[in-house]
Parts: sequence; C-alpha cells; structure tokens
Amino acid sequence: MGKDVAYLDCDVEEPNGRIFLKPEITEQIDVTVPVPRVDLDKCTFRGECSAACEYHAIAVLGKAVEVFASLCHGCGGCSDICPEDAIEEIPRTIGHISRGVGMGVEFLEGRLNVGEAISPPVTKALKKLAITSDVAIIDAPPGTSCPVIEAINDTDFVILVTEPTPFGLNDLKLAVGMVREISLPFGVVINRSDIGDNKTDEYCHRERIDVLKKIPFSRRLAEAYSRGEMMFGVDSEYEKSLRELYENIAGRSNHD
Amino acid sequence: MTELVIVSGKGGTGKTSLVGSLAALSRDKVLVDCDVDAADLHLILKNKIQKTSEFTGGKQAFIVEEDCTNCGLCPEYCRFDAIKHEELTTGAEKERYWIDKHACDGCGVCVRHCPENAIAFKEVISGEWYLSDTPYGPLVHARLGFAQANSGKLVSLLRQQARLLADKRGLDLIIVDGPPGIGCPVIASITGAGYILIVTEPSMSAMHDMERLLQLTKHFRIPTGICINKSDINPVLTSQIEEFAKNEKVRILGRIPYDPSVTAAQLEGATVVEYDVNGASESVKLLWSNLTEELKE
Repeated sequence: MGKDVAYLDCDVEEPNGRIFLKPEITEQIDVTVPVPRVDLDKCTFRGECSAACEYHAIAVLGKAVEVFASLCHGCGGCSDICPEDAIEEIPRTIGHISRGVGMGVEFLEGRLNVGEAISPPVTKALKKLAITSDVAIIDAPPGTSCPVIEAINDTDFVILVTEPTPFGLNDLKLAVGMVREISLPFGVVINRSDIGDNKTDEYCHRERIDVLKKIPFSRRLAEAYSRGEMMFGVDSEYEKSLRELYENIAGRSNHD
Repeated sequence: MTELVIVSGKGGTGKTSLVGSLAALSRDKVLVDCDVDAADLHLILKNKIQKTSEFTGGKQAFIVEEDCTNCGLCPEYCRFDAIKHEELTTGAEKERYWIDKHACDGCGVCVRHCPENAIAFKEVISGEWYLSDTPYGPLVHARLGFAQANSGKLVSLLRQQARLLADKRGLDLIIVDGPPGIGCPVIASITGAGYILIVTEPSMSAMHDMERLLQLTKHFRIPTGICINKSDINPVLTSQIEEFAKNEKVRILGRIPYDPSVTAAQLEGATVVEYDVNGASESVKLLWSNLTEELKE
C-alpha cells in the first residue's frame, strides 16, 4: 500500500493471520491480568472481599480464602475494599503478544493461553502496542460480544464479511446491529457471492448498506486458502480488486 | 444423560449444518444452540418458539447526572476505562462524566467510591432465551443483545435449562451446537459434557484451530472425536489431520466430502440428510453411527 501498515490479529482465541503472512517474530510480550493474593496472617476472614466481587472469584470459607483466578476480571475491587490491607495483586499471565514483520507489514498477534476464558485483555494490550503505524488492519474474532467489541472499538471503519446464505444473512444482521449500536461506519463484503440467493443484496439495499465487494466462489481460491496462501497470489484480478477495496475505504475514513 | 457438544474453533466449517443433520438422525434428545452471539441452528430446524424469557447477565454502573458533582474521582478507580469525561458548551454545566456501557465490566468499584452516591448499579437485560418445538425435538436457544457481555453465563443457563427439560421428558441425550473460539462461551459449553466432536476442514487455519481446541478438551479431560468436513478440498491436509489424530490418539469419526447440497439444503431451511440422500448425506450417516458407538462407551 506504500504506507506504514500494521496487521493486528485480534482473533486471540484462534489467531490465523500468521499462517498467511508468515512473519519473522522478533519479540514476545506476556499479557498479564492482576489477581488477588491474600496474606492469611493479616486476614480476619470477614468476607468483605467475597461480598464485593461481582465475578465470584474470591470466597472466604471459615479460616481459608479461595481465589478462582480464571474467573477474576482484575478490577481490583477486593484489594480495594479489604479493611486489613491483606490483599495484594499479582500479575497472572493469560496469553502473549508476538511482534515481527511479514511481507513488509508490521505483524502483531495476540494469543490467549488455552484454558483461559477471558480474552479482551489480550486484545486491549495488543491494540495499545500498534498506535505508531499509519494504517492498522485488525483481524477481529467472530461473534457480537465482548471480544469483538474490544477489537473494533475506536476504529475508523469496519468491514463485515458475509456469504449469501440464511446463516450468513442472519449473522450479518446481528453484526450490523452491533456496529450500529456502537456507531461505527461500516460496509459489507459478500464472499462466495454466487453460492446462495440474493436476499443479502436485498437486505443491504433495504437498509442502505454499502456492498463494497462481491467475491464469487472459486475452487482455486478455496484450495489456495487451505494451503495458507494469499488471495492476491491466486490471480492478479484479485490483487486489483483488493486494492480497489482498500482505496474505497481509505477515501471514506479520512484517515489516509 | 449424555451431553454431546459439537465445536469447531473457527466459523464456516459447516458445524451447524452438521448439527442439523444429527438432529434429524438421532432420537429422543434435547437440542441446544450455545452459539449465543450468532445462533443459526433454528434456521434449519423449522422451529416454533413456545416460550421467551429475559436474560439478565450482570450489572452495570450508571452516573446519575443530577447527583454528580463532577469531582472526577471515579475514573481513577475504573480499570476498564469505562468512565468518560466531556466538556460541555451548552447548558448550565461545564462538563459531565458518563459511563460507556460497552466498556463497563460491572465490577461496582466506582459505585463504592462515589462520595455523592451518584452512581447507580443495576441489573441489565442482556438477551433473551427461547424454548422452541421442532420436528426433531425441543430446542433451547438464545439471542444475546447487540454488543453485550456475559455470553458464558447465558450458555450455562441454556445448558441448565436443557438438562431440566431432558429430565422432565425422560430424554437421555442432549446435542449442543457450540460457539467458535476457545474462550469463555466455549469453556461454558464444554465443562462437564460427556463427549466433544470437533468439526474441522483440511485448511491450515482450521487445523491450527482444531489443535488448540483439542488442547482445551484434553485440559478438561473430556472424550473427543474429530470429523473432517469438505475432506476432498485438500487431500494432502486431510491425511495430515489423520496422522495428527493418530498421534494424539483421537478417533476420526467421519470424513464428509464437499457437497453443494449442504448450502442448497440451508437455502430451503432443511437439513442435509433430508434434502439430498446422496453425497454428503451418506458420510453424515456413517459419522452418526460411529458417534453412537462412542457415546455408548
């Protein structure tokens, strides 16, 4: 693109961008969340911490205090409320960020450790690292709840990728509801645009949503994807088409 | 009672289409759609909603503007950067503080620190859940509100309701369509389940996602099997998945070839096994018979 571009893999539960950009990783940074550690010599077992915790992550049972670290959101409420100053917060690693360069693009990937439930802190840490580049392209996770919100929050434009099937359309409507709820400009790309019906087109027309691009099904493309190859490498037509898509969006978001 | 959970790590592997077919092939069960962010299973099961209930997932903080003195204390305590401040140019007040509901994590710390008691802390309705009838049995499903949190809690609620229903009706199988990923809603979908089926496809991305999912099911020590969907798209990778499964001592329960009738069935709002008895259907039936064997053990 002739600019300083960063790619951020914010699908931290299942990051796949590495397979395609094949980056050389030069740095790894742990992502931690603060969790409570109780000093039992100071604790008077009154259970104020447990009563204050909205996540049921700390429980006082007789003369013992149990911390359920994987439920902890790191709000600091327990150490804050403790009248004996018996709770300190210690960092617990829940994932890591890899940084490097792939195909001339600054590459940043968040990766949640397997077994961890709460992914937004990884995404948050990742986005804070990427503020230096001109253009940041964020690969967001699926769904419409907290991990996605964390990924798309404070961005300039959102591309919703769908396919023209009942499942695709149902999920698109939910995604549109989400981006409208947080008031972000967006457009739609219809992938495998010829495999279904035209209800997605009709919906977008009715809702005055821009269809930015349609990509017909191609077995060659599916096979290249399966091998971890880039779309633009399959055919120069795709490269041209993707460039148009980028120029189109860069033109609207006023952040070129 | 056995709970069978079907998960895929990544979206687009054909998991929900497969669950629809398993719904048509199996008997005496409760169906659950735990992909509460983007529930699609009902679209191919001809469902009729019998009961709708509200879901309150957690609390949120709200600044009561009349009581707020703009002291600026609360943002210092918020670890989620949810308390926003803005200068005002119109009206009597010069500034105001407000809470971004999408960033608020519902921890309640700001509420306790406000010297004016100007922050309200309220339960919020963050979705709906439904009990539907389908020709294949009862279906428990939900719709999380746009941009809402607490999908894991909603998943746990759906599974609990499904178990109650199965008990009441004397059904001994629960089939769960799981969410993508490996985080909160997935963990809520699989903990305590009897068997996990991972649906993958022969692509580098799907294989990567399958490996992480398998680590997760091993972490929770739940018996797991694998189904390779669109197995003929890349035969080299399909054999790599088979090799991987062998090393991990996980059984491949099915190989389903790419078949356009899967999409065609979805467009008709039908399951693949009922729509077209040839092609993918035969492989799905074989998968179900292998799965039945596994569930007996």
